[in-house]
Amino acid sequence: MILPEAGHGRFSVERGHSTMTKGMRKYFKKKIFWFVITLIAAVILNFILPRLMPGDPVNAIVGKNISPNATQEQIQEQIAFYKHQFGLDKDLFGQFWDFIKNVFNGTFGVSYSQYPRTVADIIGGGIWWTIALQLPAILVGWLLGNLLGALAAYKRSFYDKALMPVSLFFSAIPAFGAAVILLVVFAVNLKWAPVNGAYTTGMIPSFSWNFISSVIAHYQLPFWSIVIISIGGQAVGMRSMSIYELNADYVKYARFLGIKDKKIVRYVFRNAMLPQVTGLAMSIGAMVGGALVAETIFSYPGLGMSMYNAITTSDYPVISATTLIITIMVLLASFLLDIIYAFIDPRVKAAQFD
Amino acid sequence: MKNTLRNVFHSPRFLVGFIIFMVMVLTVLIYPWFVRRDPLVSLGKGFLEPGTYVSVYDANNTGTYRVELPEAAEKRLEATLPTEDRQTMIDYLKAMGVDVSGLDTSNEKMEDLLAAWNANYDEADAKKNKYEGFATQAKRNALRRIDNKIKGSNNDVAMSVVRGEGDDATVTTVEGSDYVKVNEVANSVTLPLGTDNFGRDTLTELVKATGVSLIIGLIAGTIATLLGLLVGLLAGYLGGIVDDILMFIANIFTVIPGFVLLILIYYSVGQEARGVTTCAIVIGVTSWVWTARSVRSQVISLRNRDHVNLSKLSGHSLFRIVTTDILPYIASYVVMAFILQVSSGILAEAQLSLLGLGPKTTDVPTLGLMMNWAKLFGAYTSSNAWWAYFPVILVIALTSFSLNLMNTGLDQVFNPTLRD
Repeated sequence: MILPEAGHGRFSVERGHSTMTKGMRKYFKKKIFWFVITLIAAVILNFILPRLMPGDPVNAIVGKNISPNATQEQIQEQIAFYKHQFGLDKDLFGQFWDFIKNVFNGTFGVSYSQYPRTVADIIGGGIWWTIALQLPAILVGWLLGNLLGALAAYKRSFYDKALMPVSLFFSAIPAFGAAVILLVVFAVNLKWAPVNGAYTTGMIPSFSWNFISSVIAHYQLPFWSIVIISIGGQAVGMRSMSIYELNADYVKYARFLGIKDKKIVRYVFRNAMLPQVTGLAMSIGAMVGGALVAETIFSYPGLGMSMYNAITTSDYPVISATTLIITIMVLLASFLLDIIYAFIDPRVKAAQFD
Repeated sequence: MKNTLRNVFHSPRFLVGFIIFMVMVLTVLIYPWFVRRDPLVSLGKGFLEPGTYVSVYDANNTGTYRVELPEAAEKRLEATLPTEDRQTMIDYLKAMGVDVSGLDTSNEKMEDLLAAWNANYDEADAKKNKYEGFATQAKRNALRRIDNKIKGSNNDVAMSVVRGEGDDATVTTVEGSDYVKVNEVANSVTLPLGTDNFGRDTLTELVKATGVSLIIGLIAGTIATLLGLLVGLLAGYLGGIVDDILMFIANIFTVIPGFVLLILIYYSVGQEARGVTTCAIVIGVTSWVWTARSVRSQVISLRNRDHVNLSKLSGHSLFRIVTTDILPYIASYVVMAFILQVSSGILAEAQLSLLGLGPKTTDVPTLGLMMNWAKLFGAYTSSNAWWAYFPVILVIALTSFSLNLMNTGLDQVFNPTLRD
């Protein structure tokens, strides 16, 4: 399949089938063990860290909702009521047990700032917007970036002299900077696209042409801001990976053998792609976190925006839930990646025999 | 060592990055000598456009100079005759039956418009004939005001300035050709980048913010690199149970995204305690993992080399083996990692601040806080005040650009395969 590792393939055939499955089982067991351990650590961290925050969130809610001429008793009563509602009258272990129960029954508890909405309700409203925005943007950016990077590595003379410093500068522009510049140029000044939101305010989501066209118009700027940013990073990474592979010994050997350049290039880029696949999987895993910047700047109603609102209103059940979702997605992505690698990368396959 | 340094400075990329970076550092250091203003002092109300501001009050007290600028009247008219007035003029000429096809409200057509106006407008005629759309008295008064304005600027009608009240009042006349020397005005201020929403001088604020953000980046980068180096060295060199425990911690840190951890830790620190130093420390503590992993894998490949084994056999202490036999081999890598850590530390602060999790301080600005203020006060939507955010983005981009250039330059020197 891949040129330099051709030897390993033969090796595994000679060793026979049983050794491989044994090695594989051990490998998977190890991976699953780590997956579970880190998951537990992540859940505990997600639970504990926000609760270390000084200040009582209940006081803030009561202070906001209660009438100004309420008596001291009424205030105390309200505080006790909310504390009971949020389960804050229990000790830390009781709270942790509630937290776990809420995670498993899928409600994630009750939001503090939007009481009595459940966290699951808030998150459910945002997650589809985030996925619909991020997934295509990440894929498009990844494809374009890798194409450019591979081209740049192959046609080095022109690119390195002229385009490399330019692209280095553009990839140095922070994500929020690019989003702001797009917003100002295309939405505020040229008025080609709307300034914020996912559809015109006041519209009711439906399958009408009006609604869909409004959604498409609002989609453009956040989408391209993510694509532009990922193109830069991917291109720079792909370029250096390809250059590294182009200088590898197996390429020189293949050239000595007189294998056609076209064929060598195919092998080279296939090898250079491997780390890029990792990058793709990790950025899909980190989707929600990555959405934070674009969504807050364009006020896109996705999960990133829910998280931003939760941060500004000290709504820590929502913060816990969103960070937990991000963590689990990243964990799952890296876990699946390990499993997939065991099948596609012969080097990992070989390592299982250790 | 000397040779390496010479090599490094011969790399054009490193040199360019280094120069950009040093220019920024020097600006941060030297600028306060020239502008001694407190970067957070409020000079005005809201966003002021970039430019030089001269006190109108003080301008009246300075010496008066006669300067005859040929285009002065024209410029004054362009500035004082708003587009609506020009449109009214065109409408009136049209109502009179004059051909207005070549006229519009732009500055370029000003001369033609004035010529047409002076040729056709007649006050007596305007009083007598009630042209369509100009039947009311108010409309005709507006026409007379416009005409006076035009005549005033052409004929150099003096303007009276009354100072004081009652018997003490003094009247001075100011003519169209009177000028004041800007240097003589007691109070004038040049704001090359205008002011931000709080009316603070954006340039002074930006220079201070760059300094603070660089310090945050340096502290965070130092902490992350030192922690990473320590963990990587211990895990790689000692191996065994120490390696297992350290790598377990590193695993957790890798899998939970740094940004999430940053938000969680930052949040649990609480608003009051979030100073610039805390910010830098938290960023440093959450970003050491990648350095640790790479250092560890390099140390593992080094620890069984002959010269290390020889040191071990000679009975050298762990500290000595690490510092003399291992560190020099990974030094170049550590320097590169440090540069990247500084760059990502600055970015991390900016992102955190953008989310409203930045350093809670009213003493110093940071690049991220400036972005956050610009966002909160509508600099890029309602006010369209580009000077409040664009220079900030540019400085952040330039900082990471210069650091990345230095890094790729070093990479080329130390990894010859990437060299041309």
